[in-house]
Amino acid sequence: MKRRLSLALVATLLAGCGQQAAPTAAPGTGALPVDAAAVAAERGLTADDVYAAVSTYQPSGRMDDYILFSSGGQAGQVFVIGVPSMRILRTIAVFAPEPWQGYGFGDETTEVLRGGDMPDGTELNWGDTHHPNLSETNGEYDGEFLFINDKANARLAVIDLRDFETKQIIKNPNSLSDHGGSFVTPNTEYVVEGPQYATPIGWEYAPVEEYNDKYRDLITFWKFDRVAGRVDEGQSFQIELPPYWQDLCDAGKAVSDGWMFCNSINTELATGGVEDGNPPFEAGTTQNDTDYLHVINWKKAAELVAAGKAEDINGIQVLPLDVAASEGVLYFVPEPKSPHGSDVTPNGAYIVVGGKLDPHVTIYSFEKIQTAIASGGLETDPYGVPVIPLDAAKEAQVELGLGPLHTVYDDQGYAYTTLFLDSAVARWTLGGEYADKHPEEPWTLVQKLPVQYNVGHLTAAEGDTMSPDGKYLVAMSKWSIDRFNNVGPLKPQNFQLIDIGNTGEHMRVLYDLPIGIGEPHYAQIIKADKLKALEVYPEVGWNPDTWSVDPNAVLDAKDARVERNGNNVEIWMTVIRSHFTPERIEINQGDHVIWHLTNLERTPDATHGFALGGYNINLSLEPGEARTVEFDATQPGTFIYYCTEFCSALHLEMLGYFLVKP
Amino acid sequence: MFRSILDPDVRVLLPDGTSRRLIDYLLPSALMMLAALLLSISIFLPYWSFKMNAPQYPKGLRVDVFVTHLAGDVEETDALNHYLGMPPLNDGGQLERSISALAITSMGLLLVASVFVHNRWAALLSIPVVAYPLVFLADLYLILYRYGHSIDPNSALGGAIEPFTPPLFGEGKIGQFGTLAAAEPGLYLAVLASVVILIGLYFHRAAYRPIVEARRRLAAERAAA
Repeated sequence: MKRRLSLALVATLLAGCGQQAAPTAAPGTGALPVDAAAVAAERGLTADDVYAAVSTYQPSGRMDDYILFSSGGQAGQVFVIGVPSMRILRTIAVFAPEPWQGYGFGDETTEVLRGGDMPDGTELNWGDTHHPNLSETNGEYDGEFLFINDKANARLAVIDLRDFETKQIIKNPNSLSDHGGSFVTPNTEYVVEGPQYATPIGWEYAPVEEYNDKYRDLITFWKFDRVAGRVDEGQSFQIELPPYWQDLCDAGKAVSDGWMFCNSINTELATGGVEDGNPPFEAGTTQNDTDYLHVINWKKAAELVAAGKAEDINGIQVLPLDVAASEGVLYFVPEPKSPHGSDVTPNGAYIVVGGKLDPHVTIYSFEKIQTAIASGGLETDPYGVPVIPLDAAKEAQVELGLGPLHTVYDDQGYAYTTLFLDSAVARWTLGGEYADKHPEEPWTLVQKLPVQYNVGHLTAAEGDTMSPDGKYLVAMSKWSIDRFNNVGPLKPQNFQLIDIGNTGEHMRVLYDLPIGIGEPHYAQIIKADKLKALEVYPEVGWNPDTWSVDPNAVLDAKDARVERNGNNVEIWMTVIRSHFTPERIEINQGDHVIWHLTNLERTPDATHGFALGGYNINLSLEPGEARTVEFDATQPGTFIYYCTEFCSALHLEMLGYFLVKP
Repeated sequence: MFRSILDPDVRVLLPDGTSRRLIDYLLPSALMMLAALLLSISIFLPYWSFKMNAPQYPKGLRVDVFVTHLAGDVEETDALNHYLGMPPLNDGGQLERSISALAITSMGLLLVASVFVHNRWAALLSIPVVAYPLVFLADLYLILYRYGHSIDPNSALGGAIEPFTPPLFGEGKIGQFGTLAAAEPGLYLAVLASVVILIGLYFHRAAYRPIVEARRRLAAERAAA
């Protein structure tokens, strides 16, 4: 209805340039100001364009209704974006040093970053972030934490949404490649890191010829301690899986709570070797007509681990494949050609899987899967895992188009699936208890909306919860080609906001947001009022990592001081507009420096930077924050530290001299 | 219920044999107690506030002055004032804040005591409370005066600022800040207490003067006899 009114509203004023001009303006709606209509006409905007503009424009100071958390792709970050305005609000540094947030340039944030290094100490300074997932309570986003995985190195990060900062990075001790992360169980009991490319456990050396016997995938269930706000590695476990390259996972909910569903892409056990005349991976992995949907009873697995059926490998409990297969933890169901995505419906009754080389989405019934398991007599795959026949588990198949990948849901009984090859988003109807929610027949395609171009993931408002909001959907396209000004051969990605508020064939694109910072994969959209971020840290001297006042915080400039103990020089410094206390520090070359800084500010946005030129140090000290930076004064000379965040009229005067005597 | 409280059928017998209604005597006592109550409540309310508005403070800054403490954006105001070389807000009125609760309680007790003094000296006991709002404002003015005349010449802007007294009431302008000083509920209650006392004293006089005069007449008559 809103759409129709707005259309009518602008149509009369855009006579001659509107595509869908309605005959008259609806009474009582007022009229687009003449000057605005003139601008629209001059810029050649259609009625649809004006509708899109007024649907997304936020006047200064008006907040967005939803917040989108997007993977930052190779940037190793998370992007935070307002919906519907599609304004980028900030990035969150995760797997890569990020100077503005002072992340990874000397203080405790560096320890967080280093916490994800390789076991031998090899530093990892980037990540291939794929799937951000918000913490859930009873299957609903609770706005407390965000998790994201790094596919390149099999790592998981925990972000606290009180201050939007990364608190923990864990390197998976037995995997080197993950993709199906960081999906959460309905009460965030576990954060799940699904694997991808198989290696021997612990990525030890083994010839590729020993692939079938030695190479394995591992799905990791990281136990999340909500009170501590950290993953508890000691309470976590892994399940050994055949080297089938599991891909994407989703946790069951409601009826299917306690189960996890992951698709896989290499039951062919392809090992590449195109240079030796073997089929390349792209062909070798696509030989079979079906791969296996993995159906995992994680609650059962946790019980078996607790019962001592797992073995400790590199500090984490691993449930062996034969135990998982024989004890009712792991089942397979065939899924058509080059499957992708595994998305549980909001009521937990169905699992939807796409197929990159199959025009259908396949809908599995959790009830039918359980019936098949209960009836027994299942055949097993070469690794001894029971296989449920596709027909026994299938609820429906819907032909959508080419390259169906990922599926999200709304509140009107529709599902939305990206079609990579068609460059489109398909809206289709769910059946079962959803059949009465929409006017169309169940399990049918309703509309295909072109998007630009090569769309990967998509995300809908609260679309992964048990009660999606509908309204907005964002299609995340890999290629933008001709959508934006040319900025050279490396093109931005394209996030397209889509209006899904109306039923039937009325989806439409509202906004294109270029992302020129990395190539994001998945994203989630949360209702903005669920987020309870702090304006400033709770007290002066706050340590964001311990979430308490730091013992080395300086609460009053009178207590600022420098103390020497042998070759150790410890500095307690206060920071406030527009000065550091102290402003002169003189030490000797070779001293070990421990520098505590406390931002005394209590005013929102009164952030100070602290840069020490020549020593690769830059901190961000938000109001109330206390940080410690530690380094060896190896270079003699006269150095300058100064505030790098424009704080006040006398910001340029906020500095000090750091004198290192040779 | 009110009938029984006011007991309209009960009369007070004066020494000279005339009588007056009981309520004539209840009323002044009640008013004095009310004034004491208003004064007590005022301890928990701000007396005076100082608001500052500037573009980069969309919600504005506000400092509330209670008789016992300062509340609101004290730290931020101090942070800004240090550029002008002004002392921290909490430096002013330290003695007053430390004794205010005790002093006000004492004044309230004097009011309670005045209920039991049935002659003109009752007015003496209530003088501190009647005068209290004026004393508060005079003291606040003094604090503000000292505050605006203690500028540190070595601060960023101290050399450029003439000594001044921030206004007790009304609008002002400091740099990009528009300021507004205003009385707050605590001060209103204190003023109200003064007014209530004056009314109470009027009724006190109306009630007890006849008793005093009756005694005088009796004494004169006795002396004459």
